[in-house]
Amino acid sequence: MDALEDGVLDGNAIGGMLIEVFGAEMTTAVGICGVCGTRGQVAEMPVYQGRMGSVVRCRVCDNVLMVFVEVRGITCVDLSGLASLS
Amino acid sequence: MEGTAVRGRLTWQTATVGAVIDETSKVRTLSLDVPDWGGHQAGQHLDIALTAEDGYRAERSYSIASAPGEPVAITVERLDDGEVSPYLTQDVQIGDEIEVRGPIGGYFIWDPPVSGDGPLLLAAGGSGVVPLRAILRHRGLVGSSVPVHLLYSVRSQAEVIYRSELDHLNQEADGVKVIYTLTRQQPPGWTGYARRVDQQMMAEVAWPVASGPLAYVCGPTNFVEAVASDLVALGYPPLRVKTERFGATGTP
Repeated sequence: MDALEDGVLDGNAIGGMLIEVFGAEMTTAVGICGVCGTRGQVAEMPVYQGRMGSVVRCRVCDNVLMVFVEVRGITCVDLSGLASLS
Repeated sequence: MEGTAVRGRLTWQTATVGAVIDETSKVRTLSLDVPDWGGHQAGQHLDIALTAEDGYRAERSYSIASAPGEPVAITVERLDDGEVSPYLTQDVQIGDEIEVRGPIGGYFIWDPPVSGDGPLLLAAGGSGVVPLRAILRHRGLVGSSVPVHLLYSVRSQAEVIYRSELDHLNQEADGVKVIYTLTRQQPPGWTGYARRVDQQMMAEVAWPVASGPLAYVCGPTNFVEAVASDLVALGYPPLRVKTERFGATGTP
């Protein structure tokens, strides 16, 4: 597992947006990577933020777990990289 | 839906800037009067949104600097190419209104009964000290006797945020020890650490694993990565090392 570089955030940074999307505090939720099976709390997952939105990756295999893109006030959500989130 | 905030849902609301304290030449604390604030826990953050005249909207997360029960305050470091921090640290006036939502976060929080009574290791890189200061203030206000080591990595003494408060705690508070490492510039006669954190430093500063410590590490990503991996190498269980990574702000 390589160290993350400066500029990469973690799931804490998107806690507010996650409440908006899921209606609940999600940074303590546990996600399981759909590729390698790594299990971890959302708060500890690497988050890459840009003007378009946020990409959440697996800490171990770099698989894209979640993508959030905001378009005209609507947040589009792709969770297909996760095996589960609870 | 204006004005129909559903309880338990996070809604944007208007806060008024109540007071401004300059902490360093680049860092400022703002106290915010938030009319519908449900109370926060030590270590949580809030989001701030600024909307430009052309409609462009920028949102940022800031750690809450005050303890539960105290007025909401944030401490903001100016990033020269930032979209939000220059306004909050230079242009904002008492009485100005800004959009906020919060409190946010259930992971990086210290809640004394739930978090247990093991000693606390707080490790801050630069402005990563902000949520840790909320934890220290909360510890004082609730009369907790949990022993605390705060390791604070910062480039120079002039960049130490909350310096008088931390020095006071270091001298007066039972069970609190503040350890600085000044990574770039040290005052004459400095006998403390003068390098970036490494495993040897963590071994000297961290509580022994057998004492059941709980660690909170906050700062720029490379700082958090270094401290967290050093702690795990020292035998800290990963679940006892809570981390929060900031955006790039240089190397503290």
